Amino acid sequence: MAEHFPVLIVLLPLIAAPLCVALRHGGGTWLLATLATWGSFAISIALLAQVLEDGTIKYQLGNWVAPWGIEYVVDELNAYILLVVTAIASVIMPFAARSVPAEMGQRGVYLFYTMYLLCLSGLLGMTVTGDAFNVFVFLEISSLSSYALISLGRNRKALHAAYQYLVLGTIGATFFLIGVGLLYLMTGTLNMADLAARIDKVEDSRIIYTAFGFIVLGIGLKLAVFPLHAWLPNAYTYAPSVVSIFLAGTATKVSLYLLLRFIYSVFGHSFTFDKVVAGPLILVLAVAAIVICSLVAVWQRNIKRILAFSSVAQIGYMLLGVSLGTVMGLQATLLHIFNHAMMKAGLFLACGCILYRVGSMKLVDLQGVGRRMPWTMMAFTLCGLSLIGVPLTAGFISKWYLVTATLERGWWAAAVLIVLASLLALVYVGKVVQAAFFKEPETGVVNLAEVREAPLSLLIPTWILVFANLYFGIETDISADIAGQAAKQLIGASR
Amino acid sequence: MDHHFVIRVVGKLLIPLVLLFALYVQFHGDYGPGGGFQAGVIFAAGFILYGLIYGLDTLRRVFPPWLVRLLVAFGVLIYAGTGIASMILGSKYLDYSVLGPTAAKGQHYGILIVEFGVGMTVASAMVLIFYSFAGRGRQTGEDFGEIDSEDRRDRPDG
Repeated sequence: MAEHFPVLIVLLPLIAAPLCVALRHGGGTWLLATLATWGSFAISIALLAQVLEDGTIKYQLGNWVAPWGIEYVVDELNAYILLVVTAIASVIMPFAARSVPAEMGQRGVYLFYTMYLLCLSGLLGMTVTGDAFNVFVFLEISSLSSYALISLGRNRKALHAAYQYLVLGTIGATFFLIGVGLLYLMTGTLNMADLAARIDKVEDSRIIYTAFGFIVLGIGLKLAVFPLHAWLPNAYTYAPSVVSIFLAGTATKVSLYLLLRFIYSVFGHSFTFDKVVAGPLILVLAVAAIVICSLVAVWQRNIKRILAFSSVAQIGYMLLGVSLGTVMGLQATLLHIFNHAMMKAGLFLACGCILYRVGSMKLVDLQGVGRRMPWTMMAFTLCGLSLIGVPLTAGFISKWYLVTATLERGWWAAAVLIVLASLLALVYVGKVVQAAFFKEPETGVVNLAEVREAPLSLLIPTWILVFANLYFGIETDISADIAGQAAKQLIGASR
Repeated sequence: MDHHFVIRVVGKLLIPLVLLFALYVQFHGDYGPGGGFQAGVIFAAGFILYGLIYGLDTLRRVFPPWLVRLLVAFGVLIYAGTGIASMILGSKYLDYSVLGPTAAKGQHYGILIVEFGVGMTVASAMVLIFYSFAGRGRQTGEDFGEIDSEDRRDRPDG
């Protein structure tokens, strides 16, 4: 049984999805989706333990030996990412039970779970596979289902947001495919390990440089790297709550994983940083993302939009770690993937609670909501503190590692920038907290007097993530150590 | 459609042949060109042609939407289930060799079953797409357009 784990983790949601279509019963599909998600989570824990014990696991699909057949490869890095993705997905399932029917209507529930399960299996597949073309197939599965998921939002603008993401996402996927095609042209193989071995001999050709450009740009679009992030704010803002939480916690993380996998495992460290000299380029984009998007977030009037722009800025922090090109930098990036998934999912969960009770995400409508929904807003505040990077929260740990990594390379300016940008985060989180706790309600569309605290089934998942933020702010053995091991292994195995 | 006599007669003649050809492409796919995807599209084309000539409501009686929805799901399940079967028989996922008495036979059976699943899903998905487009603007009530555009309200924000 255990030998099949690498494929089972993808299969569970993949099989549950058509079963949801056949079942079509709201509560039944929820149960099915929950079982599949929790099953995947359990498998990801087992996989991580197995990898830490015995090293890389390989699984040949259909018993066809690599490089001819498709091979699933699980090492420290993707076991870690699998854990992050399935953990976030598992936490939101109890939340979805109440939030999904409220936002999509009883009739849309089974469609939601079908799409959600397909999206999950696509993300897990992208993470687990060791075949470059198979990545594209799973990328399309997860992308197509996430377009549909975003379009399920109640607001009419959700359709526009989904369409915008569809156009940009398709361009991204196409660029990625062109890049993979060029690699195939030059090496005659699609297996990542085999690619890495063969690229060595042809890496000075211009076609490999072009392939690098296409692949990085394609993944960059899906990752919402700074100038390519146009789709993200709308998608996060108008998607249903559960979709915002899910995508914010998982989708960009998997794209970042892909970027790391291609930079380090396929093209190799020396090609990326010495020949293409991608380091400074990534650094510039990362800094631009941190500064500009944090500033833009400060001026937003919709909470979900604030968080969406903040997400683009946080991707900047992760890329900053990548641009350093050191083990420390990579460790900081991986750690921030883990911590950011927790804090952003926590914040969006709190948003989901507010939307469930108040029905609005505009700051004006939410003045004084902290007195009506204290637990929700406390959760928001605590996750917000983690986002800012206050000591004793998970956010502090990732900022600490990032600052240490930049200082190790002697990049003083970058270290100062990280601290200054945290102040910007303080401003935009503070704006929400101030409106919720210290402002008098305005008589507008929403009548706050009738608003009650969110139901427990929504609050419990939110507070689980709040406690996770606090726990991983003190206890760093799991997150930082595994991130460190994964970083070492990735750079160590890279050329 | 009463006055389109020629279309009706030719359609009646051709549709069985279209379906037959689809089955040929499906089950001869392992020896000649073809396979589940192509066969599914041809098969669906037969149904869509029928719908175009005799009207959407007639087609919905012939191939009811609930059945279409089930077939979409079961096609995928047949594919995935074949993989699970080879896992249960003690090999890797989707290793067909263990499905028959000999490895060659097993590979043959495996691809046949998997392609049947593909054909089923593709054919019913094509019909479902046709239903969704052709049914736009009507009060369908069942199976597609679960979230209608009329259903969306412009809420303050969300």
